[in-house]
Amino acid sequence: MANERELLEIRNLTIQYVTEGEVVHAVNDVSLTIPKGKTLGIVGETGAGKTTTALSILQLLPKYTAKIPAGEIFFHGEDLLKKSEAQMRSIRGGKISMIFQDPMTSLNPVLTVRDQIAEVIRLHRPDLKGGDLDGEIGRLLEMVGIPAFRMSDYPHQFSGGMKQRVVIAIAIACSPELLIADEPTTALDVTIQAQVLNMMRRLRRELGSSMLLITHDLGVVANICDYVAIMYAGEIVEYGTVEDLFDPARKHHPYTEGLFRSIPNIHVDSRRLQPIDGLMPEPTDLPQGCKFHPRCPRCAPQCTVPYPVETTGPDGEEQVTQVSAPLWAQGSHQIKCHLFAEEGEGT
Amino acid sequence: MSQPILECRNLKKYFDTPRGKLHAVDDVSFSIGAGKTLGIVGESGCGKSTLGRTILRLLPATSGEVLFRGKNILGCGKKESMELRRNMQIVFQDPYASLDPRRTVFQTISEPLRFHKLYATPQEIEARTYELMKTVGLSERYATMYPHEMDGGRRQRIGIARALSLNPSFVVCDEPVSALDVSIQAQVLNLLMDLQEQMGLTYLFITHNLSVVKHISDEIGVMYLGQMIERAPSAELFAHPAHPYTKALLSAIPAPVLGQQGLENEALSGELTSPVEPKPGCRFAPRCPYAGEQCAGQDCQLKEIAPGHYCACPMAGKL
Repeated sequence: MANERELLEIRNLTIQYVTEGEVVHAVNDVSLTIPKGKTLGIVGETGAGKTTTALSILQLLPKYTAKIPAGEIFFHGEDLLKKSEAQMRSIRGGKISMIFQDPMTSLNPVLTVRDQIAEVIRLHRPDLKGGDLDGEIGRLLEMVGIPAFRMSDYPHQFSGGMKQRVVIAIAIACSPELLIADEPTTALDVTIQAQVLNMMRRLRRELGSSMLLITHDLGVVANICDYVAIMYAGEIVEYGTVEDLFDPARKHHPYTEGLFRSIPNIHVDSRRLQPIDGLMPEPTDLPQGCKFHPRCPRCAPQCTVPYPVETTGPDGEEQVTQVSAPLWAQGSHQIKCHLFAEEGEGT
Repeated sequence: MSQPILECRNLKKYFDTPRGKLHAVDDVSFSIGAGKTLGIVGESGCGKSTLGRTILRLLPATSGEVLFRGKNILGCGKKESMELRRNMQIVFQDPYASLDPRRTVFQTISEPLRFHKLYATPQEIEARTYELMKTVGLSERYATMYPHEMDGGRRQRIGIARALSLNPSFVVCDEPVSALDVSIQAQVLNLLMDLQEQMGLTYLFITHNLSVVKHISDEIGVMYLGQMIERAPSAELFAHPAHPYTKALLSAIPAPVLGQQGLENEALSGELTSPVEPKPGCRFAPRCPYAGEQCAGQDCQLKEIAPGHYCACPMAGKL
């Protein structure tokens, strides 16, 4: 049963895109939890499965190609994957809402900003009408730092940073319990990014929402998140609190270490970056065992084969399932790697 | 200081718009020493790409001079232009849009070689193309592939190989890594630095990413609404930023270190104002927390406030 303290719990989620003759393994056996009022950051490169994971929570995956062969997503203890389309529609925009990556394309160019915010309010808070509705829209716009008189403007009359704020205003219109933000600042300039991050932090404080933040920017994560999950090739290779992840003295997955070394850091003087050799594996043809082993500087023979674990099946029988690597855990900090599991700590 | 290979003097590029002249590049002057890298940073719309393109004459300049090895190149004729193109090349921002989707990697990289007729026989062109691919870390098996079959990092390598094919001495890198993932970005940055050491290249490196520019540049110029507002050696700029805009830009970058949760960044309010027919005076003043009377009325000129450190702010050094 889902823990009361957790708002969202994803268990063993696997997602594939099935197309003619090819199976793309986008998300493989991912488990995550987001406690109430906390922010979880998912970090990873393009194609790591971050956005696919987020879309699956709202059941927004493409209907005919995306398949979910295994996994559960508990929101308030109920499995979202078992909900009907009608039930999902009452959740989307209401209890869970999403901020998309590109503010330039996620607004409708032929509707005023007022109409676009009103749409979500009409659906989820039908008692608000007329003057109250306009008052509420004005209040939401002021909350994100846009003067209320601009509500009758069209998206093209706003700059990029303001458009992203309109998108955020739509997302928070019904005070969602969970806000999913998919690269909310990637398309913005740094000074505008700082404004938007400050605003999201303030809104989280005022509304008490939980947040799932998807990003590839470790700086943004250190700035705003409580928990971090590092994703690679559809798997979570490391999970923990921000302190667990950003403290260089603690144990880290070799991919996390590589990721930190390859970002240019303005606070550190070094002439050369140390990139991770090689490329992400093709999601249609993932390597056996640990997905990172072809690029890993500390690869050992056992990393190239699947790792068997004993689990108890739903009917109480002992089963052996194959996973990519053993899990090391200490408190909230989890790493999926052979290096640490053999030291005998954790489970 | 080595001999400047490229010098810009009062370069201006205005675009005509229905509302008046858009000052994309306004009175920019600088020089780059041979084998050095000048980084240009600024937010979108500040004119950094226009500056790079105007220097290469991909856009006609409105006024000013661009001196390449001491000679003004803005007025030169067709024959000289051909010669210049061999010496000055560009790596474009978007490796998805800057490659012809209907040409193989081999065709794309070898085109400049064929066009400039540098080699007499197809065998020589072939040998040079494979050599270039090797230089940028592309194995020969990619030669017959099309761009859509490759990932962003490899495509950007094709763009770099194409820019290097004519042995240029000066290369404009227009946001060469901003479309790439972090682990790939580091590979491409290292490649660019290796090539600079091996071939003695001079770079004008345009980017919006301050962390990237710190890594690769010897000197950095900060642009705001078409003007260069601060220029200093890389280490000096990061240690002692003088212009309020540079300071704000530096503090706006979220650092991947602990201890910042809940901290409000000192964010600038407002956004870029319009570059169409700007009023005289400091263009940053409407967003500047220190703006006063002295900032309006006349344009601020770059002044040397420390050796090699230029800043266009009347308050520089007093803040």
